[in-house]
Amino acid sequence: MVSKPHGGRLVRRIVADRTRERILSEQKEYPRVEIDHGRAIDLENIAHGVYSPLKGFLTSNDFQSVLDHMRLDDDTPWTIPIVLDVKEPNFEEGDAVLLYHDGLPIARMHIEEIYTYDKKEFAIKVFKTDDPAHPGVARVMNMGNYLVGGEIELLNELPNPFAKYTLRPVETRVLFKELGWRTIVAFQTRNAPHVGHEYVQKAALTFVDGLFINPVLGKKKKGDYKDEVIIKAYEALFKHYYPKDAATLATVRYEMRYAGPREAVHHAIMRKNMGATHFIVGRDHAGVGDYYGPYEAWEMFENFPDLGITPMFIREAFYCRKCGGMVNAKICPHPKEFHVHISGTKLRKMIMAGEQPPEYMMRPEVFEVIRSFENPFVE
Amino acid sequence: MAEEKKYTTVSIPKPLYDKIKARIEGTGFTSVSDYVTYVLREVLASLEEEEKEEVFSEEEEEKVKERLRALGYLD
Repeated sequence: MVSKPHGGRLVRRIVADRTRERILSEQKEYPRVEIDHGRAIDLENIAHGVYSPLKGFLTSNDFQSVLDHMRLDDDTPWTIPIVLDVKEPNFEEGDAVLLYHDGLPIARMHIEEIYTYDKKEFAIKVFKTDDPAHPGVARVMNMGNYLVGGEIELLNELPNPFAKYTLRPVETRVLFKELGWRTIVAFQTRNAPHVGHEYVQKAALTFVDGLFINPVLGKKKKGDYKDEVIIKAYEALFKHYYPKDAATLATVRYEMRYAGPREAVHHAIMRKNMGATHFIVGRDHAGVGDYYGPYEAWEMFENFPDLGITPMFIREAFYCRKCGGMVNAKICPHPKEFHVHISGTKLRKMIMAGEQPPEYMMRPEVFEVIRSFENPFVE
Repeated sequence: MAEEKKYTTVSIPKPLYDKIKARIEGTGFTSVSDYVTYVLREVLASLEEEEKEEVFSEEEEEKVKERLRALGYLD
Protein backbone atom coordinates (compact mmCIF):
# COMPACT_ATOMS: atom_id res chain seq x y z
CA MET A 1 0.00 0.00 0.00
CA VAL A 2 1.47 3.36 -0.98
CA SER A 3 1.99 6.00 1.72
CA LYS A 4 -0.94 7.80 3.20
CA PRO A 5 -0.75 11.51 2.31
CA HIS A 6 0.92 13.66 4.93
CA GLY A 7 -1.68 14.95 7.34
CA GLY A 8 -4.20 12.34 6.18
CA ARG A 9 -5.63 13.70 2.92
CA LEU A 10 -4.16 14.61 -0.43
CA VAL A 11 -4.79 18.31 -0.99
CA ARG A 12 -6.02 19.46 -4.38
CA ARG A 13 -6.69 23.14 -4.82
CA ILE A 14 -7.52 23.42 -8.49
CA VAL A 15 -10.69 25.27 -9.44
CA ALA A 16 -13.25 23.72 -11.76
CA ASP A 17 -13.31 25.09 -15.34
CA ARG A 18 -16.51 27.14 -14.95
CA THR A 19 -15.33 28.75 -11.72
CA ARG A 20 -12.00 29.50 -13.34
CA GLU A 21 -13.66 31.22 -16.27
CA ARG A 22 -15.80 33.29 -13.94
CA ILE A 23 -12.85 34.35 -11.77
CA LEU A 24 -10.77 35.25 -14.81
CA SER A 25 -13.63 37.28 -16.29
CA GLU A 26 -13.70 39.25 -13.04
CA GLN A 27 -9.94 39.54 -12.66
CA LYS A 28 -9.88 43.34 -12.73
CA GLU A 29 -11.98 43.38 -9.56
CA TYR A 30 -9.27 41.66 -7.51
CA PRO A 31 -6.13 43.25 -6.07
CA ARG A 32 -3.21 42.04 -8.19
CA VAL A 33 -0.16 40.54 -6.49
CA GLU A 34 2.97 39.65 -8.45
CA ILE A 35 4.93 36.67 -7.17
CA ASP A 36 8.35 35.35 -8.16
CA HIS A 37 9.02 32.03 -9.82
CA GLY A 38 9.95 30.23 -6.62
CA ARG A 39 6.68 31.20 -4.93
CA ALA A 40 4.75 30.30 -8.07
CA ILE A 41 6.31 26.83 -7.94
CA ASP A 42 5.40 26.56 -4.24
CA LEU A 43 1.86 27.50 -5.14
CA GLU A 44 1.71 24.82 -7.81
CA ASN A 45 3.01 22.28 -5.31
CA ILE A 46 0.37 23.30 -2.77
CA ALA A 47 -2.38 23.04 -5.39
CA HIS A 48 -1.33 19.57 -6.53
CA GLY A 49 -0.84 18.17 -3.04
CA VAL A 50 2.96 17.89 -3.13
CA TYR A 51 2.88 19.94 0.08
CA SER A 52 -0.17 18.24 1.66
CA PRO A 53 -1.65 19.09 4.14
CA LEU A 54 -0.96 22.75 3.27
CA LYS A 55 -3.87 24.40 1.50
CA GLY A 56 -2.12 27.73 1.17
CA PHE A 57 0.74 29.83 2.46
CA LEU A 58 1.38 29.66 6.22
CA THR A 59 -0.37 31.92 8.69
CA SER A 60 1.60 33.19 11.69
CA ASN A 61 0.66 30.37 14.09
CA ASP A 62 1.89 27.73 11.70
CA PHE A 63 4.90 29.81 10.65
CA GLN A 64 6.09 30.30 14.22
CA SER A 65 5.42 26.69 15.11
CA VAL A 66 7.47 25.53 12.11
CA LEU A 67 10.36 27.77 13.17
CA ASP A 68 10.21 26.74 16.84
CA HIS A 69 9.11 23.11 16.73
CA MET A 70 9.45 21.91 13.12
CA ARG A 71 5.74 21.14 13.22
CA LEU A 72 2.57 22.83 12.07
CA ASP A 73 0.38 24.23 14.81
CA ASP A 74 -1.65 20.97 14.81
CA ASP A 75 1.56 18.96 15.51
CA THR A 76 2.00 17.63 11.96
CA PRO A 77 5.74 17.42 11.16
CA TRP A 78 6.74 20.33 8.89
CA THR A 79 10.24 21.76 8.69
CA ILE A 80 10.39 24.38 5.92
CA PRO A 81 8.21 27.52 6.12
CA ILE A 82 6.18 27.80 2.93
CA VAL A 83 5.44 31.49 2.99
CA LEU A 84 4.47 34.28 0.66
CA ASP A 85 6.18 37.61 1.22
CA VAL A 86 5.14 41.02 -0.05
CA LYS A 87 6.90 44.36 0.17
CA GLU A 88 3.83 46.48 0.86
CA PRO A 89 0.37 44.88 0.87
CA ASN A 90 -2.19 46.45 -1.47
CA PHE A 91 -4.99 44.47 0.18
CA GLU A 92 -6.41 43.68 3.61
CA GLU A 93 -7.11 40.61 5.68
CA GLY A 94 -10.35 39.05 4.43
CA ASP A 95 -9.71 40.07 0.81
CA ALA A 96 -9.37 37.68 -2.08
CA VAL A 97 -6.49 38.56 -4.40
CA LEU A 98 -5.18 37.20 -7.69
CA LEU A 99 -1.59 36.06 -7.77
CA TYR A 100 0.28 36.67 -11.02
CA HIS A 101 3.57 35.44 -12.33
CA ASP A 102 5.04 36.85 -15.56
CA GLY A 103 1.69 38.43 -16.41
CA LEU A 104 -0.22 35.17 -16.00
CA PRO A 105 -2.93 34.96 -13.32
CA ILE A 106 -2.08 31.68 -11.62
CA ALA A 107 -4.16 31.58 -8.46
CA ARG A 108 -6.73 33.20 -6.26
CA MET A 109 -5.71 33.58 -2.64
CA HIS A 110 -7.95 34.27 0.33
CA ILE A 111 -5.95 36.54 2.63
CA GLU A 112 -6.42 35.22 6.13
CA GLU A 113 -3.58 37.11 7.75
CA ILE A 114 -0.93 39.73 7.04
CA TYR A 115 1.96 39.66 9.52
CA THR A 116 5.51 40.79 10.09
CA TYR A 117 8.39 38.50 10.99
CA ASP A 118 12.01 38.53 12.06
CA LYS A 119 14.27 37.65 9.11
CA LYS A 120 17.24 36.86 11.30
CA GLU A 121 15.20 34.47 13.42
CA PHE A 122 13.86 32.84 10.22
CA ALA A 123 17.40 32.38 8.89
CA ILE A 124 18.95 31.06 12.09
CA LYS A 125 16.17 28.63 12.90
CA VAL A 126 15.77 27.22 9.38
CA PHE A 127 19.34 27.44 8.04
CA LYS A 128 21.26 27.42 11.34
CA THR A 129 23.10 30.53 10.18
CA ASP A 130 22.46 34.13 9.23
CA ASP A 131 25.49 34.25 6.95
CA PRO A 132 24.34 36.04 3.80
CA ALA A 133 26.72 33.87 1.78
CA HIS A 134 24.27 31.00 2.37
CA PRO A 135 21.88 31.06 -0.66
CA GLY A 136 18.81 30.32 1.50
CA VAL A 137 19.70 33.07 3.95
CA ALA A 138 20.31 35.52 1.10
CA ARG A 139 16.87 34.73 -0.26
CA VAL A 140 15.24 35.36 3.14
CA MET A 141 17.09 38.64 3.63
CA ASN A 142 15.80 39.85 0.25
CA MET A 143 12.19 38.99 1.04
CA GLY A 144 9.51 41.60 1.63
CA ASN A 145 8.79 42.68 5.19
CA TYR A 146 5.29 41.19 5.31
CA LEU A 147 4.10 37.61 5.06
CA VAL A 148 0.59 36.77 3.95
CA GLY A 149 -1.17 33.58 4.92
CA GLY A 150 -4.25 31.99 3.47
CA GLU A 151 -5.65 29.31 1.20
CA ILE A 152 -5.08 29.30 -2.54
CA GLU A 153 -6.90 27.99 -5.60
CA LEU A 154 -4.97 27.28 -8.79
CA LEU A 155 -6.32 28.95 -11.91
CA ASN A 156 -3.57 28.33 -14.47
CA GLU A 157 -0.63 25.97 -14.68
CA LEU A 158 2.73 27.64 -15.12
CA PRO A 159 4.44 27.01 -18.46
CA ASN A 160 6.44 23.81 -18.05
CA PRO A 161 8.98 22.74 -20.69
CA PHE A 162 9.14 19.32 -19.01
CA ALA A 163 5.39 18.71 -18.63
CA LYS A 164 5.61 15.19 -20.06
CA TYR A 165 8.06 14.21 -17.33
CA THR A 166 6.24 15.97 -14.49
CA LEU A 167 3.92 13.71 -12.54
CA ARG A 168 1.65 14.96 -9.75
CA PRO A 169 0.94 13.01 -6.57
CA VAL A 170 -2.43 11.85 -7.94
CA GLU A 171 -0.59 10.38 -10.91
CA THR A 172 2.34 8.79 -9.10
CA ARG A 173 -0.08 7.18 -6.65
CA VAL A 174 -2.08 5.59 -9.47
CA LEU A 175 1.15 4.63 -11.24
CA PHE A 176 2.56 2.80 -8.22
CA LYS A 177 -0.74 1.03 -7.68
CA GLU A 178 -0.89 -0.07 -11.32
CA LEU A 179 2.70 -1.29 -11.19
CA GLY A 180 1.74 -3.35 -8.14
CA TRP A 181 4.32 -1.71 -5.90
CA ARG A 182 3.46 -1.74 -2.22
CA THR A 183 6.78 -0.34 -1.07
CA ILE A 184 8.50 2.42 -2.99
CA VAL A 185 11.79 4.15 -2.30
CA ALA A 186 12.18 7.69 -3.63
CA PHE A 187 15.47 9.29 -4.62
CA GLN A 188 15.85 13.04 -4.83
CA THR A 189 18.46 14.40 -7.19
CA ARG A 190 19.76 17.53 -8.92
CA ASN A 191 22.49 15.74 -10.84
CA ALA A 192 23.16 13.54 -13.82
CA PRO A 193 23.80 10.08 -12.36
CA HIS A 194 27.21 8.64 -11.68
CA VAL A 195 27.90 5.09 -10.55
CA GLY A 196 27.85 6.12 -6.88
CA HIS A 197 24.24 7.26 -7.24
CA GLU A 198 23.37 4.02 -9.00
CA TYR A 199 24.88 1.97 -6.19
CA VAL A 200 22.91 3.83 -3.51
CA GLN A 201 19.65 3.54 -5.46
CA LYS A 202 20.08 -0.15 -6.17
CA ALA A 203 21.10 -0.90 -2.59
CA ALA A 204 17.81 0.70 -1.48
CA LEU A 205 15.80 -1.04 -4.19
CA THR A 206 16.97 -4.38 -2.86
CA PHE A 207 14.60 -3.94 0.07
CA VAL A 208 11.48 -2.55 -1.63
CA ASP A 209 9.25 -3.20 -4.66
CA GLY A 210 10.04 -0.11 -6.68
CA LEU A 211 12.50 2.73 -7.14
CA PHE A 212 11.18 6.20 -7.87
CA ILE A 213 13.82 8.60 -9.20
CA ASN A 214 12.47 12.10 -8.77
CA PRO A 215 14.82 14.81 -10.05
CA VAL A 216 14.13 18.34 -8.95
CA LEU A 217 13.90 20.72 -11.86
CA GLY A 218 14.08 24.46 -11.56
CA LYS A 219 16.45 27.24 -10.64
CA LYS A 220 20.03 26.10 -10.81
CA LYS A 221 23.46 27.36 -9.87
CA LYS A 222 26.13 28.09 -12.46
CA GLY A 223 27.94 24.86 -13.31
CA ASP A 224 24.99 22.58 -12.45
CA TYR A 225 23.70 20.15 -15.06
CA LYS A 226 20.88 21.56 -17.17
CA ASP A 227 17.47 20.02 -16.54
CA GLU A 228 17.22 18.29 -19.93
CA VAL A 229 20.66 16.75 -19.42
CA ILE A 230 19.60 15.21 -16.10
CA ILE A 231 16.48 13.71 -17.65
CA LYS A 232 18.20 12.32 -20.73
CA ALA A 233 21.11 10.95 -18.67
CA TYR A 234 18.69 9.09 -16.40
CA GLU A 235 16.76 7.77 -19.39
CA ALA A 236 20.00 6.28 -20.71
CA LEU A 237 20.75 4.73 -17.33
CA PHE A 238 17.24 3.29 -17.10
CA LYS A 239 17.43 1.86 -20.60
CA HIS A 240 20.67 0.01 -20.04
CA TYR A 241 20.96 -0.73 -16.33
CA TYR A 242 17.59 -0.74 -14.53
CA PRO A 243 14.91 -3.42 -14.40
CA LYS A 244 11.90 -2.05 -16.31
CA ASP A 245 9.32 -3.28 -13.83
CA ALA A 246 11.08 -1.98 -10.73
CA ALA A 247 12.12 1.59 -11.46
CA THR A 248 10.48 4.72 -12.79
CA LEU A 249 11.48 8.31 -13.45
CA ALA A 250 9.41 11.48 -13.07
CA THR A 251 10.34 15.04 -12.24
CA VAL A 252 9.07 17.63 -9.78
CA ARG A 253 9.50 21.39 -9.86
CA TYR A 254 10.84 22.83 -6.66
CA GLU A 255 13.17 25.60 -5.56
CA MET A 256 15.95 24.30 -3.35
CA ARG A 257 16.42 26.10 -0.01
CA TYR A 258 19.74 24.42 0.91
CA ALA A 259 18.46 24.05 4.47
CA GLY A 260 20.30 20.74 5.01
CA PRO A 261 18.72 18.62 7.76
CA ARG A 262 15.40 20.47 7.82
CA GLU A 263 15.11 20.32 4.07
CA ALA A 264 15.88 16.59 4.01
CA VAL A 265 12.72 16.02 6.06
CA HIS A 266 10.80 18.32 3.72
CA HIS A 267 12.01 16.34 0.71
CA ALA A 268 10.81 13.15 2.39
CA ILE A 269 7.37 14.68 3.03
CA MET A 270 7.04 15.69 -0.63
CA ARG A 271 7.77 12.10 -1.72
CA LYS A 272 5.43 10.69 0.92
CA ASN A 273 2.68 12.74 -0.70
CA MET A 274 3.65 11.23 -4.03
CA GLY A 275 3.10 7.80 -2.52
CA ALA A 276 6.63 6.72 -1.60
CA THR A 277 7.00 4.62 1.53
CA HIS A 278 10.76 5.06 1.83
CA PHE A 279 13.16 7.89 1.13
CA ILE A 280 16.91 7.84 0.59
CA VAL A 281 18.64 10.44 2.73
CA GLY A 282 22.01 11.26 1.29
CA ARG A 283 25.26 12.40 2.79
CA ASP A 284 25.05 16.16 3.39
CA HIS A 285 21.51 16.06 2.03
CA ALA A 286 20.32 19.47 0.75
CA GLY A 287 23.46 21.04 2.16
CA VAL A 288 25.64 23.78 0.79
CA GLY A 289 29.17 24.77 1.80
CA ASP A 290 30.13 23.60 5.30
CA TYR A 291 27.03 24.76 7.15
CA TYR A 292 25.88 21.25 8.10
CA GLY A 293 27.63 18.09 9.23
CA PRO A 294 27.76 15.30 6.62
CA TYR A 295 25.29 13.11 8.52
CA GLU A 296 23.28 15.78 10.35
CA ALA A 297 20.29 15.12 8.13
CA TRP A 298 20.23 11.49 9.30
CA GLU A 299 20.03 12.60 12.91
CA MET A 300 17.22 15.02 12.17
CA PHE A 301 14.86 12.16 11.33
CA GLU A 302 15.05 10.98 14.94
CA ASN A 303 12.75 13.87 15.84
CA PHE A 304 9.92 12.50 13.75
CA PRO A 305 8.61 9.09 14.83
CA ASP A 306 5.32 10.14 13.22
CA LEU A 307 6.69 11.15 9.81
CA GLY A 308 4.93 8.30 7.98
CA ILE A 309 7.77 7.61 5.54
CA THR A 310 10.81 5.51 6.35
CA PRO A 311 14.18 7.18 5.80
CA MET A 312 16.88 4.95 4.34
CA PHE A 313 20.36 5.92 5.36
CA ILE A 314 22.73 4.50 2.81
CA ARG A 315 26.33 5.50 3.06
CA GLU A 316 28.19 7.21 0.28
CA ALA A 317 29.54 4.75 -2.25
CA PHE A 318 33.09 4.65 -3.56
CA TYR A 319 35.13 2.34 -5.73
CA CYS A 320 37.58 0.06 -3.92
CA ARG A 321 40.45 -1.22 -6.02
CA LYS A 322 40.94 -4.16 -3.67
CA CYS A 323 37.25 -5.14 -3.59
CA GLY A 324 37.05 -4.50 -7.32
CA GLY A 325 33.68 -2.79 -7.12
CA MET A 326 31.45 -0.16 -5.55
CA VAL A 327 31.29 -0.38 -1.77
CA ASN A 328 30.75 1.85 1.22
CA ALA A 329 32.61 2.43 4.45
CA LYS A 330 30.46 -0.07 6.33
CA ILE A 331 31.21 -3.03 4.10
CA CYS A 332 34.76 -2.39 2.90
CA PRO A 333 37.64 -3.48 5.17
CA HIS A 334 40.43 -1.98 3.04
CA PRO A 335 42.53 1.09 3.79
CA LYS A 336 41.89 4.45 2.16
CA GLU A 337 44.62 4.13 -0.44
CA PHE A 338 42.47 1.59 -2.28
CA HIS A 339 39.42 3.88 -2.34
CA VAL A 340 38.41 6.12 -5.23
CA HIS A 341 35.72 8.62 -4.28
CA ILE A 342 33.51 9.83 -7.07
CA SER A 343 33.49 13.58 -6.97
CA GLY A 344 30.78 15.40 -8.90
CA THR A 345 33.08 18.38 -9.34
CA LYS A 346 35.87 16.20 -10.72
CA LEU A 347 33.43 14.49 -13.08
CA ARG A 348 32.19 17.83 -14.37
CA LYS A 349 35.76 18.95 -15.02
CA MET A 350 36.49 15.75 -16.96
CA ILE A 351 33.32 16.15 -19.02
CA MET A 352 34.10 19.79 -19.75
CA ALA A 353 37.55 18.75 -20.96
CA GLY A 354 35.93 16.12 -23.21
CA GLU A 355 37.59 13.34 -21.24
CA GLN A 356 35.59 10.14 -20.71
CA PRO A 357 35.41 9.18 -17.03
CA PRO A 358 36.38 5.61 -16.15
CA GLU A 359 33.46 3.15 -16.16
CA TYR A 360 33.56 2.76 -12.40
CA MET A 361 32.70 6.46 -12.17
CA MET A 362 30.18 6.99 -14.95
CA ARG A 363 28.40 4.61 -17.29
CA PRO A 364 29.58 5.17 -20.88
CA GLU A 365 25.96 5.45 -22.08
CA VAL A 366 25.37 8.27 -19.59
CA PHE A 367 28.57 10.01 -20.65
CA GLU A 368 27.53 9.75 -24.33
CA VAL A 369 24.24 11.47 -23.56
CA ILE A 370 25.92 14.27 -21.64
CA ARG A 371 28.52 14.69 -24.36
CA SER A 372 25.77 14.97 -26.99
CA PHE A 373 24.79 18.35 -25.53
CA GLU A 374 26.78 21.30 -26.80
CA ASN A 375 26.88 22.71 -23.30
CA PRO A 376 25.42 20.43 -20.64
CA PHE A 377 26.00 22.89 -17.79
CA VAL A 378 24.22 26.02 -16.62
CA GLU A 379 26.21 29.11 -17.62
CA MET B 1 3.27 36.92 15.96
CA ALA B 2 2.09 33.67 17.49
CA GLU B 3 2.63 32.85 21.13
CA GLU B 4 4.92 30.03 22.25
CA LYS B 5 3.30 26.66 21.64
CA LYS B 6 0.91 25.67 24.40
CA TYR B 7 1.38 22.52 26.42
CA THR B 8 -1.03 20.66 28.66
CA THR B 9 -0.63 18.21 31.52
CA VAL B 10 -1.75 14.60 31.64
CA SER B 11 -1.48 12.22 34.56
CA ILE B 12 0.29 8.90 34.50
CA PRO B 13 0.79 6.51 37.45
CA LYS B 14 3.82 7.39 39.56
CA PRO B 15 5.45 3.92 39.23
CA LEU B 16 5.18 4.24 35.44
CA TYR B 17 6.72 7.70 35.60
CA ASP B 18 9.60 6.30 37.65
CA LYS B 19 10.12 3.44 35.21
CA ILE B 20 10.26 5.85 32.28
CA LYS B 21 12.60 8.16 34.14
CA ALA B 22 14.99 5.27 34.79
CA ARG B 23 14.65 4.07 31.22
CA ILE B 24 15.58 7.38 29.57
CA GLU B 25 18.78 7.83 31.54
CA GLY B 26 21.71 8.04 29.16
CA THR B 27 19.48 8.42 26.11
CA GLY B 28 18.92 11.60 24.14
CA PHE B 29 15.65 12.28 25.95
CA THR B 30 15.95 15.04 28.48
CA SER B 31 12.61 14.58 30.23
CA VAL B 32 9.82 12.09 30.77
CA SER B 33 7.50 14.48 28.94
CA ASP B 34 9.74 14.41 25.85
CA TYR B 35 9.81 10.63 25.88
CA VAL B 36 6.07 10.27 26.38
CA THR B 37 5.44 12.78 23.56
CA TYR B 38 7.76 10.80 21.28
CA VAL B 39 6.10 7.48 22.04
CA LEU B 40 2.57 8.83 21.68
CA ARG B 41 3.38 10.42 18.35
CA GLU B 42 4.78 7.11 17.17
CA VAL B 43 1.74 5.17 18.36
CA LEU B 44 -0.76 7.60 16.83
CA ALA B 45 1.12 7.62 13.53
CA SER B 46 1.11 3.82 13.33
CA LEU B 47 -2.63 3.72 14.09
CA GLU B 48 -3.29 6.26 11.34
CA GLU B 49 -1.19 4.24 8.92
CA GLU B 50 -3.57 1.31 9.38
CA GLU B 51 -6.56 3.38 8.31
CA LYS B 52 -7.86 2.99 4.79
CA GLU B 53 -6.01 4.87 2.07
CA GLU B 54 -7.64 7.63 0.09
CA VAL B 55 -9.72 6.39 -2.82
CA PHE B 56 -9.96 8.15 -6.18
CA SER B 57 -13.18 8.04 -8.14
CA GLU B 58 -13.13 5.43 -10.91
CA GLU B 59 -13.54 8.10 -13.55
CA GLU B 60 -10.66 10.14 -12.17
CA GLU B 61 -8.44 7.10 -11.88
CA GLU B 62 -9.18 6.08 -15.47
CA LYS B 63 -8.28 9.56 -16.69
CA VAL B 64 -4.97 9.42 -14.84
CA LYS B 65 -4.24 5.96 -16.26
CA GLU B 66 -4.89 7.25 -19.77
CA ARG B 67 -2.34 10.03 -19.28
CA LEU B 68 0.19 7.62 -17.80
CA ARG B 69 -0.26 5.31 -20.81
CA ALA B 70 0.07 8.24 -23.23
CA LEU B 71 3.31 9.27 -21.55
CA GLY B 72 4.67 5.73 -21.64
CA TYR B 73 4.61 5.09 -17.89
CA LEU B 74 2.08 2.26 -18.29
CA ASP B 75 1.69 -0.30 -21.09
